[in-house]
Amino acid sequence: MTNLLRSLRLTLVLVVILGLVYPLVVTGFGRLLFPSQANGSLVRFGGRIVGSRLIAQAVNVPGLFHPRPSAVKYAGNGSGGSNLGPTNPALFREVGSNLAAADLPPGTKLSAVPPDMVESSASGLDPDITPANARLQIPRIARSTGLSRRWLWRLVLREETGPFLGLWGQPMVNVWRLNLALLRKSGG
Amino acid sequence: MTLQGSLQIVLVVAILLLLAIPLGNYLYRVFTGKTVWFEGGFAAVERGLYRLVGVNPSVEMDWKAYLKALLMVNFVMALFAYLIFRTMGRLPLNPDHIPSMSWPLAFNTAASFVSNTDWQNYAGESQMTILGQMVAITFLQFTSVVTGLVAAVAFLRGMTNRKSPNIGNFWVDFIRSITRLFLPLSFLLAIVFVGLGLPQTLDGAVTVHALGGGAQTISRGPVASLEAIKQLGTNGGGYFNANSAHPYEDPSALTTVLEIIAMGLIPTALVATFGKFIGNRRQAVVLYVFLAAMLLGGAFFVYGAEVAGNPLLHHLLGIGGPNMEGKEVRFGLPLTGLFTAATTAFTTGAVNAMHDSLTPLGGMLPLVFMLLNMVFGGVGVGLLNILMFLLITVFIAGLMVGRTPEIFGKKIEVREVKLATISMLVHPFLILGATAVAVAVPAGLAALGNPGLHGFTEVLYAYSSAAANNGSAFAGLAGNTLFYNLTIGMVILLGRYVSIIAMFAIAGSLAIKPVTPAGLGTLRTDTFTFGGVFVAVVLVVSALTFFPVLAIGPVAEHLQMVAGKLLP
Amino acid sequence: MTKSAVKTVSKGIILGAVADSFRKLDPRVMVRNPVMFVVEVGVVVTLILSVSPDLFGGHYGPTQALFNFVVCVILFVTVLFANFAEAIAESRGRAQAESLRRAKTDLLAKRRTKDGSYESVPATALRQGDEVLITAGEMIPADGDVVRGLGSVDESAVTGESAPVIRGAGGDFSSVTGGTKLLSDELVVRVSVNPGDSFLDKMIALVEGASRQKTPNELALSVLLAGLTLIFLIVVVTLEPMVGYVHGSIGVATLIALLVCLIPTTIGALLSAIGIAGMDRVIRFNIVAKSGKAVEAAGDVNTLILDKTGTITIGNRLATEFNPVGGHDEGQLTQVAVLSSLFDETPEGRSIIDLAKQKGVEMAREQFADAKVIEFSADTRMSGTNLPDGTVVRKGAVDAIKKYLAEKGGTVPSGLDEKTERIAKEGGTPLAVVRGDEVYGVIYLKDIVKPGMRARFEELRRMGIKTVMSTGDNRLTAATIAREAGVDDFIAEAKPEDKMRLIRAEQAEGKLVAMSGDGTNDAPALAQADVGLAMNSGTAAAKEAANMVDLDSDPTKLIEVVGIGKQLLITRGAITTFSIANDIAKYFAIIPAMFSGILPQLAALNVMHLTSPQSAILSALIFNAVVIPLLIPLAMRGVKFRPMGATELLVRNLLIYGVGGVIAPFIGIKLIDLVLTGLGVANI
Repeated sequence: MTNLLRSLRLTLVLVVILGLVYPLVVTGFGRLLFPSQANGSLVRFGGRIVGSRLIAQAVNVPGLFHPRPSAVKYAGNGSGGSNLGPTNPALFREVGSNLAAADLPPGTKLSAVPPDMVESSASGLDPDITPANARLQIPRIARSTGLSRRWLWRLVLREETGPFLGLWGQPMVNVWRLNLALLRKSGG
Repeated sequence: MTLQGSLQIVLVVAILLLLAIPLGNYLYRVFTGKTVWFEGGFAAVERGLYRLVGVNPSVEMDWKAYLKALLMVNFVMALFAYLIFRTMGRLPLNPDHIPSMSWPLAFNTAASFVSNTDWQNYAGESQMTILGQMVAITFLQFTSVVTGLVAAVAFLRGMTNRKSPNIGNFWVDFIRSITRLFLPLSFLLAIVFVGLGLPQTLDGAVTVHALGGGAQTISRGPVASLEAIKQLGTNGGGYFNANSAHPYEDPSALTTVLEIIAMGLIPTALVATFGKFIGNRRQAVVLYVFLAAMLLGGAFFVYGAEVAGNPLLHHLLGIGGPNMEGKEVRFGLPLTGLFTAATTAFTTGAVNAMHDSLTPLGGMLPLVFMLLNMVFGGVGVGLLNILMFLLITVFIAGLMVGRTPEIFGKKIEVREVKLATISMLVHPFLILGATAVAVAVPAGLAALGNPGLHGFTEVLYAYSSAAANNGSAFAGLAGNTLFYNLTIGMVILLGRYVSIIAMFAIAGSLAIKPVTPAGLGTLRTDTFTFGGVFVAVVLVVSALTFFPVLAIGPVAEHLQMVAGKLLP
Repeated sequence: MTKSAVKTVSKGIILGAVADSFRKLDPRVMVRNPVMFVVEVGVVVTLILSVSPDLFGGHYGPTQALFNFVVCVILFVTVLFANFAEAIAESRGRAQAESLRRAKTDLLAKRRTKDGSYESVPATALRQGDEVLITAGEMIPADGDVVRGLGSVDESAVTGESAPVIRGAGGDFSSVTGGTKLLSDELVVRVSVNPGDSFLDKMIALVEGASRQKTPNELALSVLLAGLTLIFLIVVVTLEPMVGYVHGSIGVATLIALLVCLIPTTIGALLSAIGIAGMDRVIRFNIVAKSGKAVEAAGDVNTLILDKTGTITIGNRLATEFNPVGGHDEGQLTQVAVLSSLFDETPEGRSIIDLAKQKGVEMAREQFADAKVIEFSADTRMSGTNLPDGTVVRKGAVDAIKKYLAEKGGTVPSGLDEKTERIAKEGGTPLAVVRGDEVYGVIYLKDIVKPGMRARFEELRRMGIKTVMSTGDNRLTAATIAREAGVDDFIAEAKPEDKMRLIRAEQAEGKLVAMSGDGTNDAPALAQADVGLAMNSGTAAAKEAANMVDLDSDPTKLIEVVGIGKQLLITRGAITTFSIANDIAKYFAIIPAMFSGILPQLAALNVMHLTSPQSAILSALIFNAVVIPLLIPLAMRGVKFRPMGATELLVRNLLIYGVGGVIAPFIGIKLIDLVLTGLGVANI
């Protein structure tokens, strides 16, 4: 009985400390020190919030860089991967249709297609692509926007980030940064 | 696999070990009542808490009293969380109008979080309110890990006692673990996480006008504060459905490195604490070498398997290169491999890639780590499992040096062997029994996300994850059904508490035994020879137990895949 | 029981054991061994399946029935092998018991009645406290203590030692054992036990294994083995629904075959045989252990307390030097010393004569036929000879000789004290020699450490066992002997309480202590020690208190007992390891075979390239059965124990039984498969 009473009191005390005080204090500090990050690293463009730098968005126009395929249709409130196993026939249907949707320039060797371009990300919201993926999209963007391939090539090179400290991670480009640069270039 | 890739893995593990050892010494000081930095402040807060809870900190408990208090606290907290889940739709802090949970899902979630498993049959962004994330999820993520920690500490006390039945005061240990370890560490890590991009807000989802037209609703919430204890407490239950693969939970390679270190920190530190308790540094060193080698081996195994990719994709579609299905670009394959190995080694269960989409061998490794359940293991319970296997190893190997076996000077007799055997039996019984039932009944088969052998592995993975209190999933399995909510919930509870109870009973029985001083004729457990025997015994016993299921699942799928066949 | 009673396994024993193997099939007996009980259940199920193969569903033809029957037969043989191992271990004990029983024929005893006369009653009617009279040539009817008389007793029936021993009232040699024979004189013995409790009864029960209880360690191992059996049971039971998932089905006989291959049948079959054989080794060593627990405890001993006299030293001091004093030379001293010891029959006296002989001084007793021999007396502490010519020679303790000199008016020569002191300091005993009133010198008597003892103690040290010497000598002497013998510690001027104190102190540190003793005053310490070895020649009290009795009364055997205890545990551990390691190969044989029609890709795991699924399963099963009789000799003999450090020992045994246990079945199963293929029955 003493145990029950103590357990109840402990639960009550700890719910307040760990469930309320702790997250609220972190929220307070977060808002004070890192207001942008605490709010979700939102991106403004043309005076409106257009998304989060960390969250991929569906891009249906040929004139912008496409993020990786998403099994959840880039649902910011419903993340997830395809969860297709490596021998599941559905995986090959999915990758096949992603390949078709990639709108690759004619003559592209299949072996040169980077897997991240045709295989769905884990979260369905992966905001980054590999530089190879970005470069393979340059002909399409150039064709539809009229921007020079050289400029686009340099853009990808400029926005490419290496691994952290040159060690952790891999070279990649954030699709948001590419697309915002494209939009700025074309004046929105 | 590249040198740079290998370095990524090795350096994270090296940093982890460097941080863990001093922390282990600190934990020893905390649990032996020695003064630590900022003692006055801690002590004042704790005095207040003792008064609020109504405990006398100077009372010592024997194993039964300690265990009763532990089970009661866990029961009350699980009940509290269950009630929150059932009513949260009508409670405050629900800006996104999320409904309360059904009873099977609430039961599953409460059982899962109170036991440090964090198996999620719900998707965080659409099925958990902000209040639920805070007072139920974040709260239980603290208390469940503390439960594991104090269980291990109580065991260590019993094991090193000299003929005294007392193994400490549960309430004091519980409160001290929070004030002196988890709360300050989580707070610091949470602030760092906010700085690195994890959201921390009480506002709900934001709807934005997407660049390409249309709208996108982006879920947010107090993510950083949850993420910190999720990793530090080897919980693994994420804020979002995609867990640490979600860019809000793990926005960069740096955060994923921090998350790996955070989840390994305390399980790894406890090995040093253990060494301090038994007064034998070498013992800790031997365990570190072998366990770290297993962890590294596992990380490289996944890394290698995923770099090798899926030959069927090449065969059928011409796509070569590594397997990127269900992975995020920012982490790269080495850190994905390490995260996958670490999350199952430390029984965290967070994922930064979708395990269901790993290659058969890449997906087998996390499964194997959960079946072994002792590559460091979760906070506290991992050490208990290590000690249980040590006991069995000492029993067999000890005979071979011609003495009745003893562990750290205490004779292993019928009672200890009986209890350790019970503890060892729980794992295979739950996993094999539940898997066999699930693949034989329509309710079990209906939830499979993948056909064929991979579907079998999904079920096997689910129950292994539940029994090992891991929480990671082959997430293709649609677990939110009456059948899976109940069976997984039960496996979780049995997997957690039966072995804790058995290990407490061992602690109680060891506590009152005299300590025999080690001599030349005593089997030394702090040698690399013994370390090798220990690992061999664990591997052989586990391999013998799980060889058939691994053969049906990942091994057969791998052989089928390399043979170029889609269906078995 | 004679030493050579049952050294080899005779044909009769084997036949008896075979008969017993069948008798032990009784499920009520089998259930005590859960591992083998599971196999026996497997026999029954496969037998039914060979008559009606469709019992559990499916449609199988006669081929399957034949296969099931073959599995059934192999399982049956496996059970028989296990029973045989136990039976043969027991039968050796039984043969020994037979020879003991022969000593316990129907005896008549002369019991003293209240009025003091003796009546003739059967020995079985004797009760504790009765007094019986035994005359020369009669058998002693019951265990007891001599209250009157002195006589020589032939104890060969119990000890196997043919030389008779002296038993007499009082002191430490008063206990007699029922079934032994009085050779001379007459004894009155007070019976100390009731019928059925006698030493002989206990020994018979013990060697027969009738009162055998599982020892604590054996019990613990049984629990672990039962646990492993349960694990494999769940592995096999869950396999069928899992295989159903991939639209396959495995025959029940195959599942049973897998189960039997996986459960630790090898150690399960041999476990009790190892225990019985371990006890048997102790008994054949002429030591009676009152329980298996004591033998196990012997393997754990940390501290060994050994009496100096008789255990570490040969028991007598021997003359090693002649030290002349006061102007006499060695030759003169030797002459006088020989004179003083000429008729001295004590070992010390003889050693003086021997030493003199080495130095070239020899005298014939006949020359001094008229001399008067002065025996040693506790009063004077001197002995010597009075020659017919009036010369008086004496030898004795230095202070006694000094006193003697003072009486005679002689002087103490210079150098005597100095030499005496040197000898004492070196741990020897000085014996002064005097002729008339003139001291000639000092004989150096020395304790001689038994040959080989130093090496034995060195071995013990390597095994991590501390040796403590207990002696009545003073510290100086004790320290010297201790150094010479190489023991780790000693207790000088030891009284029984000192031993007790040492045992308690060691036990308080958590150590296990072994000691030997024979006197009544040793009894409390023998009882306190974890392993107490009493000498058969000792008192009933000592034998009662100890948990082992050495029939040869050789205290050195304590060291061997430790080795036997260790060997028992090592054998258990080694065969357990071997048994579990075997499973790896069996999996590689059976899993691909089981799944051959269901998941053909798993054929890649058939690393042994076994001919067919049936042959793979049968080969694994046959190996599993055959390995039991192959290991019976090892179980009986025990794994050879070499004194070395624990880690070395572990590595060594692991390489042999662990790594060997992994490799051996790969070879064995492949060979059996080749044979089956050769016989053309691989596709049965």
